[in-house]
Amino acid sequence: MANTAKKIKTPNFNEPEVTKELSATFGLNSDEHDLMLKIVGRTPTYTEAGIFSVMWSEHCSYKSSRFHLKKLPTEAPWVIDGPGENAGVIDIGDGQAAIFKMESHNSPSFIEPYQGAATGVGGIMRDVFTMGARPIANINALRFGEPSNELTKHIISGVVGGIAGYGNCMGVPTVGGETNFHADYNGNPLVNAMTVGIANTDKIFRAAGAGINQPVVYIGAKTGRDGIHGATMSSAEFDDESESKRPTVQVGDPFTEKLLLEACLELMKQDAIISIQDMGAAGLTSSSVEIAAKGNIGVELNLDHVPQREEMMSPYEIMLSESQERMLLILKPGKEELAKSIMEKWDIDFAVIGKTTKDQRLKINMYGKCWCDIPVPPLVDEAPEYERPYIKSKKAEEIENNSYNFPEGGVIEALKTLMECPDLASKRWIWEQYDSLVRGETIYGPGIANTQSERAADAAIVKIYETKKALAITSDCTPRYCKANPVEGGKQAVAESYRNICATGATPLAVTNNLNFGNPEVPEIMGQFVECLEGMGKACKELNYPIVSGNVSLYNATNGNPISPTPVIGGVGLIQDINKATGIGFTSEDEIIYVIGKTNGHLGQSLFLREIAKQEEGNSPFVDLKEERKNGQFIRKCIDIKAISACHDISDGGIAVAVTEMALASNIGAKISGEDSAKFWFGEDQSRYIISTKTPEEFEKIADENNIEILKIGSTGGNEISINNNNISIKTLLEINEAWLPQYMAG
Amino acid sequence: MKTSIIVFPGTKCEKDMAMDVEKISGRKANMIWHKETDIGNPDIIILPGGFSYGDYLRCGAMAAHSPIMQEVIKKAKNGTKILGVCNGFQMLVETKLLPGALLHNRTLKFICKQVNLRTETNNSPFTQNMNKGDIIKVPIAHGEGNYFADEKTIKTLEDNDRIAFKYCNEKGEIDEESNPNGSINNIAGIFSEDKKILGMMPHPENSILDYQANQNGKSLFEGILKEIA
Amino acid sequence: MKVTVKIMLKNGVLDPQGKAIEHALGGLGFEGVGEVRQGKVITLEMEDGMDKEEVHAQVVRMCESLLANPVIEDYDIEII
Repeated sequence: MANTAKKIKTPNFNEPEVTKELSATFGLNSDEHDLMLKIVGRTPTYTEAGIFSVMWSEHCSYKSSRFHLKKLPTEAPWVIDGPGENAGVIDIGDGQAAIFKMESHNSPSFIEPYQGAATGVGGIMRDVFTMGARPIANINALRFGEPSNELTKHIISGVVGGIAGYGNCMGVPTVGGETNFHADYNGNPLVNAMTVGIANTDKIFRAAGAGINQPVVYIGAKTGRDGIHGATMSSAEFDDESESKRPTVQVGDPFTEKLLLEACLELMKQDAIISIQDMGAAGLTSSSVEIAAKGNIGVELNLDHVPQREEMMSPYEIMLSESQERMLLILKPGKEELAKSIMEKWDIDFAVIGKTTKDQRLKINMYGKCWCDIPVPPLVDEAPEYERPYIKSKKAEEIENNSYNFPEGGVIEALKTLMECPDLASKRWIWEQYDSLVRGETIYGPGIANTQSERAADAAIVKIYETKKALAITSDCTPRYCKANPVEGGKQAVAESYRNICATGATPLAVTNNLNFGNPEVPEIMGQFVECLEGMGKACKELNYPIVSGNVSLYNATNGNPISPTPVIGGVGLIQDINKATGIGFTSEDEIIYVIGKTNGHLGQSLFLREIAKQEEGNSPFVDLKEERKNGQFIRKCIDIKAISACHDISDGGIAVAVTEMALASNIGAKISGEDSAKFWFGEDQSRYIISTKTPEEFEKIADENNIEILKIGSTGGNEISINNNNISIKTLLEINEAWLPQYMAG
Repeated sequence: MKTSIIVFPGTKCEKDMAMDVEKISGRKANMIWHKETDIGNPDIIILPGGFSYGDYLRCGAMAAHSPIMQEVIKKAKNGTKILGVCNGFQMLVETKLLPGALLHNRTLKFICKQVNLRTETNNSPFTQNMNKGDIIKVPIAHGEGNYFADEKTIKTLEDNDRIAFKYCNEKGEIDEESNPNGSINNIAGIFSEDKKILGMMPHPENSILDYQANQNGKSLFEGILKEIA
Repeated sequence: MKVTVKIMLKNGVLDPQGKAIEHALGGLGFEGVGEVRQGKVITLEMEDGMDKEEVHAQVVRMCESLLANPVIEDYDIEII
């Protein structure tokens, strides 16, 4: 039960007077401080200044990015809710909606990897079930520093443990993800988590909709002093002092969240909730302001009624606490007892902590005193928006593709080097710690040689309960492309997502994103941001693949060293018949293997160049969006009429790596031949797929009718990969591919 | 077949179990929330997997000492069949309905993957549709599945045909490499003395439906159905 | 009244967490570390004024029934 009012006289919290200097420590600059004073009309209280500072932080206000985010395409006939709500919502037919979002927990995961990652996963699941959806799948995109960095191993171990600890306990399968390593992430690992849920389209819950004189209800875990000013922490660069910021990291309790999930879904079946918002970053502040702003109303809170975990908390602390596993609801008047009884069933704290008001003000009372009385709209509408100055990225220099050859040992040696390099090495050590099978609907899980669902595909495929349909889910970004050429890199991230969905036979529907960049106050970094968004926008528009939700994580830099621009795209597609879902593994011997799409041999910024020539040079590959769309539609058509039996997109490592992965996924070899050059086998031209087919004549006919460029390169069979008669056994390749990560983590 | 699935706070595999019970028996399972006092008169009680009470204190410990478990124990004494999978197995050892304990995996990590199990006996209501020596591939998904008991208990289990499944390789050989968690004698599942209670760490319920990796778990559920029908 | 219950795995029961700590300490260059065992400590606030022996007996029952698993764990009770 709620810790109800402690009837003691107003304690003295010794809160300092709000001055420009104090505001600066809260992350408000001089202009922002002046604007706050003008809005309040007097010197704000300490609590009020705290509220302004979190609402106007980069994390909550998107002040550096908003101007540019508005330019992204967010609409399509199937989009129900675009950006603005807790998560994006798309119509998937039969009265059902897919609700999904990706979010980062980058800086907390550096400071305390286990809890940082765990609470990131908890937060994103909350965003999704707040809207009424049952989460059915989690995926994640991880970027770690170079393996030789002394912190990397410790961070991997904690982050993976945290994701597993939280996700497994929630009973939501973690079905896929991506993991890369680069020195650019040495001081700033990226932990981006995405949750996808399913709801009925007539039972979607939002923050908007609250009216006047309705009860404001708090449910979930008790409030403690954890994570105070977390939102401002993740809106600043790291320096050597960051490690001492440890106390602000929140601790997750997945058990409470599991109960909260079930309790919320049960309450949502009743006609009781008007609006709901989870308490994420900036906790009670942002949730109450959000509900008030979207309803054009005010909120009056009595914090004495807030369930508290610690003694003598100040209103400032309660309003800014980032304790996890909490929700704020506006109930239909009279439904309090019903809601309370459901919460009691699930052992979840329930407290009416205030009411909605007409006056559009946020009023906070506690210990018999008013601590905050400020207008709501300016917290949101007048939040600073910066069109930060930016410099366009330098044009990358093209390299001469023909000047690169195989290393000593030829094509096979190059293939071996790539298959064991950290970016392509098997991530089994990671994903075997994730329960990918719970709920019993996972058809294609993570990795290549999968030991869980025992099938691999370019996107995870999760069946929708009691239907024949399934969702295809993938996360993609190639930071080295984004760094060399932000516009093309941004396009490529969206295009690869589209490609991965098409390769399974699913129709790409919409994306969420997590835009991870350095310090936006540095014009070169702002340039990367603007240009990546430009590329993403173009691709989403051309591919009819709108952005329905997302998150921005800026200031990912340590001592002035920024991360590579990393706009991660989380894509969702729909396949109508699970029996048609197609994996990457060859399905039988003597199938014919083709390359779909044009091969020019682009080696600039390729993995071959980085791992074998030891150069991070050249321009990123160009994405022809019309070609991308045409090839994707062709692949889907072929899968639908069962003209192909396996399909894999060509990405890192080019044709040679793609064919090898198809062999590793199935334990069926391949004999392939083609131009005897590094650029042919390892070039990373875009919009391409490898397919295998049992009916080559039929396949070639359809390709011809659709004006698709195809190239026959060989056939399946045996237990070796043979490239122009240079052979290596699948067993050896598998051993090489599996060896690196477990050895590294054990070392 | 009348089935009751007990749902504790933190249980998560009840949906998976319910889908299978319905598929195999054609009847929906009764989901019993742990605060309910009446568990009806089921033919079988299933304690599904999950993280009951967050796995706090010890896995299964708090569920094992909850009021509804007293009802389950009563039913067990009257011969109702009980299947405990994963967290359910942990509960069964915590209630002492089955001997031993389940410790942290020796890798200290949660492991989710398909494993091979060798059927050690078909002399039980659960395994009667299988043959001794049958190898079934089913997934595990646990952090604490390392079966431990003192030597005497292990000997009793071995001598009395009370071991249901052992982790093995593809050929059915019991070797160290196939032991995913460090369990003594590769033990993956055991019976009570009267063979009416089966506790096992692997999840046969995720190897039943057509779209799952395989359907190796079917024979187990069909055995139970046959026994009851 | 404050009760502290210390719970340790019984001698002879493998303690992989202890082993991991032992290994890590070695890796950090600490020498002379023998076997490391990890347990847990549970503290209980009991009402003041209760009879100490009665409290002890009660906590023993708590340990036997829930706090410890006698199959694998030993416990030690301290009352202040």
